[in-house]
Amino acid sequence: MARRRVYEGSVDYLQILNEKGVADKKLEPKLSPGILKTMFELMLLTRAYDDKSVKLQRQGRMGTYAPILGQEAVGAAAALALGKDDWVLPTYRETQAYIARGVPLEKLFMYWKGIEEGMNFPEGTNSFPFAIPIGTHLPHAVGIAFALKRAGRKQAMLTFVGDGGTSQGDFHESLNFAGVWQVPLVVVIVNNHWAISVPRSEQSASATLAQKGLGYGIPCIQVDGNDALAVYKAVSDALINARSGKGPTLIEAVTYRMSMHTTADDPTKYRSDKEVNEWKKRDPIERFRKYLQKKKLWTKNYEARAMERFSKQIDEAVAKMEAYKGDPHDMFKYVWSEITDNLKEQMAEMEKFYGAGKP
Amino acid sequence: MKLTMAQAINACLDQELARDRKIILLGEDVGVDGGVFRVTEGLYAKYGKERVMDTPLAESAIVGTSIGMAAMGLRPVPEIQFDGFSFMAYHQVLCHMARMRNRTRGRFTLPLVLRIPYGGGIKALEHHGEGIESLYIHLPGIVVVAPSTPYEAKGLLASALESKDPVVFLEPKKLYRAYKEEVPEERYTIPLGKARIAKEGKDISMITYGAQTPMVMEAAAELEQEGINPEVVDLRTLNPCDWDTVTESVRKTGRAVVVHEAVKTLGFASEIIARINEKAFYHLQAAPKRVTGWDTIIPLLAGEDYFFPDKSRVKAAVKETMAEK
Ligand SMILES: Cc1ncc(C[n+]2csc(CCOP(=O)(O)OP(=O)(O)O)c2C)c(N)n1
Ligand SMILES: [Mg+2]
Repeated sequence: MARRRVYEGSVDYLQILNEKGVADKKLEPKLSPGILKTMFELMLLTRAYDDKSVKLQRQGRMGTYAPILGQEAVGAAAALALGKDDWVLPTYRETQAYIARGVPLEKLFMYWKGIEEGMNFPEGTNSFPFAIPIGTHLPHAVGIAFALKRAGRKQAMLTFVGDGGTSQGDFHESLNFAGVWQVPLVVVIVNNHWAISVPRSEQSASATLAQKGLGYGIPCIQVDGNDALAVYKAVSDALINARSGKGPTLIEAVTYRMSMHTTADDPTKYRSDKEVNEWKKRDPIERFRKYLQKKKLWTKNYEARAMERFSKQIDEAVAKMEAYKGDPHDMFKYVWSEITDNLKEQMAEMEKFYGAGKP
Repeated sequence: MKLTMAQAINACLDQELARDRKIILLGEDVGVDGGVFRVTEGLYAKYGKERVMDTPLAESAIVGTSIGMAAMGLRPVPEIQFDGFSFMAYHQVLCHMARMRNRTRGRFTLPLVLRIPYGGGIKALEHHGEGIESLYIHLPGIVVVAPSTPYEAKGLLASALESKDPVVFLEPKKLYRAYKEEVPEERYTIPLGKARIAKEGKDISMITYGAQTPMVMEAAAELEQEGINPEVVDLRTLNPCDWDTVTESVRKTGRAVVVHEAVKTLGFASEIIARINEKAFYHLQAAPKRVTGWDTIIPLLAGEDYFFPDKSRVKAAVKETMAEK
């Protein structure tokens, strides 16, 4: 035969909880009430922390911030699927993954306030600081996964990238390496439909972003990113495969950025309220609440008490952020393993000018 | 008309798009959104998506495709959203943009203008405020321009858009909206490769460019009140640099202080002072000084004010230089 088909590929879509909070009986994972409530509470905490962050920025108490609103399920459910020894490297819009790993909230507030100490995460949280240059962290994730594989302790690596990030060379190079090296890596594409003002349709001509895995020989799936159960299930399965030596997986989580790109952005310039309102109906938290309610795991009182706890936790973290007194000398201390003579001289000069603080 | 620097650049791009059909703007969010700094505001509506193009998120491809377009006779104006993301395209700039003319012995040339908002001081996020000019000055084959006022920006960009060589146009973010000044509506050009004496003086030459220029001008005015009369040289084009104007000024004053926000080691001041030593050494009455960023990673926004040179450091350097006999 001169001409024959040499490859055929397809991509599945997974939704377990529909928009009314009804679970598909066949697909519903058997999760304990404990983990379901943890998932819900992490999403609630994320929304509260997110809301506080925007307010702090507006009040001039924090710098530019990238809101998570509407995307709580992706980072929360994916990170909760991690085992204690797994590692994570999210983007700036899945910082709830850090919360899931036990990174103290004040670290996150500090980073957004522009304090380096905010990237100094405690031991045991197995979390890497996110990279602001889009997509540049993905090769690191492959390298981390390589190191985990080599350590031979059945650990896996989880990372995230936006729809915009899939256009970067680093994304493609990383998937290629991950496929060739068969590293224990799960890459979640957070397709929130926008990369600042550029819509998903102008980011890539491919029908799905998940299918990009096919080109690199990596199993891939698209999930409803506003369905925490679907995200949890897909990521759990992928992590199990990764830990057991079956290589990487690419997951596209379809969600929507309900808010502005960052606090410096004005989305009314490039998108319609109509589109935003359509997505409001698919709110991940609302949906999960209904699901828990049907399972008799939710009451108004339960949520109110949780929210009280969270607002206290947030206030305490903000207080810690604000109590943190930065020391300009630190700028010189971590450039190299030791302060060079050149830097000592410059530090002394800085002291001469700003010893009493910057005017 | 009184315009900010962002508006002056916008006005220039508008005029040039109308003048030359070969000009195409491309980059992340430059179209519908009008750019994150609003520099391309309104141009998408006016010239359409064929000429003001929102691209996918990939700096390497933004610059790489521009190189191909330019080689074929178009005049692309790629925008990198923030200096810190220009590195993703740096291999294209270094391996191709800087060399195409030379390696084809002039058969292919790249008349493109790569616009990059540069420098810090706007309390933006990590990687959003880098002093990167030396990385570009270090590449023969590229014209590097850093405007210092709205008027200058409009005239220099108009020249860049007629240049036969690829231009890296470094727009000081800090000055985008810092103030307005009178900018003529009609088209005018300011030649590339020519520095300007921003303030005449006789006691000392203060040499700077781009973002630091207004601060240095203020420092000079205050010094004048205190009895020192500095000359301020605004380099405008960093490469090829107008060394004649620099050395002439230093020969006249016998003293020099160079100011920029990039790190000290191999910052442009190193080259400027080396040239002064080569060309005006015997006219010097004091060792030249430089006021620069420290040799550190630029701190995140909470600490950034401790990094950038400011008036207090600049004035102190001038006074120390003046005190030398
Ligand atoms: C290399 C690089 N280029 C440009 C930017 C500026 N920028 C920040 S976020 C963003 C869009 C990212 O879109 P996406 O990957 O979809 O993530 P989202 O913000 O939607 O979460 C851009 C262009 C950047 N941070 N890094
Ligand atoms: Mg996106």
